[in-house]
Amino acid sequence: MTAYIVRRILYAIPILVGVNLVTFVLFFVVNTPDDMARLALGAKRVTPEAIEKWKIERGYDKPLLVNTAAAGGRALTDTVFFEKSVRLFVFDFGNADDGRNIGHEIRTRMWPSLALAVPVLLVGLAVNITFAMSLAFFRATPYDFWGVVLCVAMMSISTLFYIIGGQYLVSKLWSLVPISGYAGGVDAVRFLALPVVIGVVGGIGGASRWYRTIFLEEIGKDYVRTARAKGLSEVAVLFGHVLRNALIPILTGVVVVIPLLFMGSLVTESFFGIPGLGSYTIDAIQAQDFAVVRSMVFLGSVLYIAGLLLTDISYTLVDPRVRFE
Amino acid sequence: MRRKFTLADFPDQGTRELTAEDYVYQIKRLAHPRVVSPIFGHMSEYIVGLKELGERLQAENRRLAAEHAGRYGRADRNLPWIDLREHPLEGVAVVDRYTYRVLIKGAYPQFVFWLAMPFFAPMPHEADRFYAQRGMSDGRNLNLDWYPVGTGHYMLVEHNPNARMVLERNPHFRGEPYPDEGAPGDAAAGLLADAGKTAPLVDRVVYTREKEAIPYWNKFLQGYYDQSGISSDSFDQAVRLDLDGEARLTPEMQEQGIWLRTSVGTTTYYLAFNFLDPVVGGLAERARKLRQAVSIAVDWEEFISIFSNGRGIAGMGPLPPGIFGYRDGREGLNPVVYEWVDGAPRRKPIAEARQLLAEAGYPNGRDAATGQPLVLYLDTVQRGPSDKPRFDWYRRQFAKLDIQLEIRATDWNRFQEKIRAGNTQLFFLGWNADYPDPENFMFLLNGPQARAKTGGENAANYQNPEYDRLFERMKNMANGPERQAIIDRMTAIARADAPWVWGFHPKDYSLGHGWLYNVKPNHMARNGLKFYRIDPQLREAKRREWNQPVVWPLVLLAVVLAAVALAGVRAYRRRERAAARPSQRPA
Repeated sequence: MTAYIVRRILYAIPILVGVNLVTFVLFFVVNTPDDMARLALGAKRVTPEAIEKWKIERGYDKPLLVNTAAAGGRALTDTVFFEKSVRLFVFDFGNADDGRNIGHEIRTRMWPSLALAVPVLLVGLAVNITFAMSLAFFRATPYDFWGVVLCVAMMSISTLFYIIGGQYLVSKLWSLVPISGYAGGVDAVRFLALPVVIGVVGGIGGASRWYRTIFLEEIGKDYVRTARAKGLSEVAVLFGHVLRNALIPILTGVVVVIPLLFMGSLVTESFFGIPGLGSYTIDAIQAQDFAVVRSMVFLGSVLYIAGLLLTDISYTLVDPRVRFE
Repeated sequence: MRRKFTLADFPDQGTRELTAEDYVYQIKRLAHPRVVSPIFGHMSEYIVGLKELGERLQAENRRLAAEHAGRYGRADRNLPWIDLREHPLEGVAVVDRYTYRVLIKGAYPQFVFWLAMPFFAPMPHEADRFYAQRGMSDGRNLNLDWYPVGTGHYMLVEHNPNARMVLERNPHFRGEPYPDEGAPGDAAAGLLADAGKTAPLVDRVVYTREKEAIPYWNKFLQGYYDQSGISSDSFDQAVRLDLDGEARLTPEMQEQGIWLRTSVGTTTYYLAFNFLDPVVGGLAERARKLRQAVSIAVDWEEFISIFSNGRGIAGMGPLPPGIFGYRDGREGLNPVVYEWVDGAPRRKPIAEARQLLAEAGYPNGRDAATGQPLVLYLDTVQRGPSDKPRFDWYRRQFAKLDIQLEIRATDWNRFQEKIRAGNTQLFFLGWNADYPDPENFMFLLNGPQARAKTGGENAANYQNPEYDRLFERMKNMANGPERQAIIDRMTAIARADAPWVWGFHPKDYSLGHGWLYNVKPNHMARNGLKFYRIDPQLREAKRREWNQPVVWPLVLLAVVLAAVALAGVRAYRRRERAAARPSQRPA
C-alpha cells in the first residue's frame, strides 16, 4: 500500500506542473503584467514609470516563459513562470498583489469554509441515505413515486432560490437566525444553522435519487434474498447488507470531495457572508491577482489528487476484494 | 519573531506626538521603490527633487537587494529597511517641529487638494522601520496594510477585511469640536444640534462585509445596519418618484422611520468621440455636425430612467453640479442639444438632429457621396449577458438617425488598450472628481493631455487651440467672476465641438434609520463618520420590535416530520407483519 501511495504521489508531480503551466498560460493570454499593474494602480494618472515600478516590485518585470537574454539554464529559470511556480511545490504561496499573505489567508479562511462544508456533507449524507433507503423500502408505492417526483423537483430548483427563499422566510419573516454573518466559537452555530440546512436541503434531490437507484440495484441481488430468507428484518437487510454493498459508488462521489471541502462554496459563502475560501479565487480573478489565482488552482489540484487517492484507499476499507497492485 | 503573530504579541508599545518630520517622511515614501505609489509620476512633475529622489532610492534599493541576495538568496523577500531620513528631498523641508515647506515647480493651486488625500497622510519613521524587520510579513501580515498607523479620531482595533473591521475611539486623539457653522439649510435640518461637542460622537464603529446586496438590504431593514444605499433590486421597495421626478420614500420605509438623502455626485459619464477618427473626429464642420446630431439623438434622460431608476441628471457640459463653474437652470442650458421650454430644458426634436446629419453629408443615415449607409462603432466593456439591454438601447438611439451602430464589446484591459492607442470611434467612459476644482474636469478635454499622444486623461483626444489656451489661463486662477467667464467660454466651445455626448451625473441615494443623526452626503471626503451620532436605546428597542422570533413554523415542521416518521414506522411494521406475497412472475 505504501508503495502504491508513493507511486501515486510521484505521478501527481507532472500533473501539478502541467496544471500550473496551463493556468499560467491561460492567465497571461488574457492579462499582461502591464494590465495587472494598471488595475492595481487605478485607472487615473498612471505613468509608464509607475507601471514599471509595480512590475519590478512584484517580480513581473522578467520574460514570462523563456528569457532569451539569459544563458544556459537561466533562460528558463530567470522567468516569471519559474520564479512564481517553484515555491508552490513547498506550499510557499507568497503575497497577493494587495500585499496580504496568501498562506495566511488560506489558513484563516479555510476554517469558516470547513465549519460550513463538513456539517453539510455529514448531515446531508445521513439525510440522503435515510431518505433514499426509505424510498427503496417503499419501492413501487405512492410514497416512492411522490418521493422521486419531489427529488426531481428539488433538483430542478437553483441553489440561489433556496438561499434567497430561506433567508427571506427563516431570517427575515420569522427572525429565527441571522440573515448572514459569521462568528467564531459557539456563536458560529447561530450563523451556520441556516446555510447548513439550505446546503442539505439543496442536495437532497440529486443525491437521494441517485442513492435510491444504487440501493434498488443492490436490493434485487441474491445475497439480499438470502438475508431475507434467514429471517432478518428489512431494516437489518437494508442497513446491514444493502448499504455496505452500495457504499463503493457512494464513496466514489463523497470521498473525492472531502479534501475539496477546504475550498468552500462560492455562492453560499457569498450570500451568508461567511469569510471562507469560496469566493477568494473569484475575487482574485476579478482583481487580476495572478498570485492568488495560481495558488488556489494549485491547491485545488493538490486536494483533488488527494481526494482521488483517498477514494482508492477507502475502497479497500469497504470492499475486501479490492487490493492495491 | 517565532511567537509574534499580532501587534499585541510585542511587549513594548507606545505612541508619540505627530510632527512635521512625519509628513516629510511620507512625501519621501511616494518615491520609495517598494511602496505602491500611483501618484508618484504625477507628483514628481511638481515636487522639486522628487523624481531625482526616486532614482536615488531605486539605485539604493538595487544595491541593498544585491547584497541581500548574496546573504540570504534571491528568493528571500525581507529586504533591509531604507531610512528615508538619510535621503534628502530638495523641495521639501522641515521648518520647525510643526511646520514643513513644499517647493513645487510652477503654479499649481490644486496641490493643496492633494495634501488632503491619503497619499500625504503622515508616517512615523519608527513604524516604517518596525514593519521592515525581517520576518514581519512572512505569513503573518504584520505590515502597514494590516495594522495602519495614524492620529485620527479612531483606531482600527479589529481588522479582518474578509469579515469585519472595528474602529474604536482613539484615546490619544487631540479632540475636534463639532462645527457650529454649516451650509444654508444645515441648521434647519438639525445638522448643527451637536455644535461644540467633541468629535467623535460614537465610541465604536463596526463595518461588516456583505458581498451580496439582498442580505445587506434585508439586514438594514431589520435594523442591524444603520445606513444603506439602494440597489436596483430594492429601489421600488424603498423609493417612489413623484410626477415632478422628486424621490420620496415608500410608506413602508416612512413607517420604519427611515430617512432618505439624495445628492448629485461629482462624477460625469459620457459617450466620447475619438478626435483622431476620420469620420467622427476633428474640427471640420462635417464631423462637428455629425457629433451634434448624435448628441441630440442619444436620449440620456431615457437612459437614466431605464438603467438607473431615475438616479441621475443629464449633463449639459463637462462640469457636474457642486464644482465651481457649473451653471444651473437656463444659464446652464446646452443650446446645441436642448431648448428652454416652459421653464425647463427639453431635448431638441429628432428632426433637427436629422437635419444636422444631412448637413454633415449623411441624409437619412447614408453618405451623400457614396450612398453607403453610415456605420459607427462603439467600443465598450462587456461584463456579462446583462449588458445586452444597454447595447440594444444604444443601437436604438442611433437608429433614430438611421445610423447603424456596431457594438465592439470587450474586456476592460483590451478596452483601455484601444483607447490608449486611439483605436476607437465612440466609447463610454466616466470621471470621478479627485478634488473640487473645475480644472479636474476641464483638463479631460485639454489637447496637450490627449491620451493617444501623451498618455494623458483626454481620452477623446479632443484638440481645440482656443480651448487649450483658455485652459492654461483658467487652471491656476482663483475662483471668481473672471474664472467663471473663462469656464463659460470653454464650456461653450466644447458644447459646439461636441467631443463628448454629455452624458449624465449620477445621483446618490442614501438611506438611514431614525436613530442615526448628523449624516450629510459628501462626495469629496469620506470623513463624516466622526460627526455621526447614534441613539442606541432607540436602535435596540426597534431591533427588538422588528425582529420578534416566530416559532410556530418550527413547531409545525416538527409535527409534520413526526407525523411522516410515525406513518412510516406504522407502514413498516404492517409490511413486516404481512404474509409473503405470491410471486408475480408469469407461470
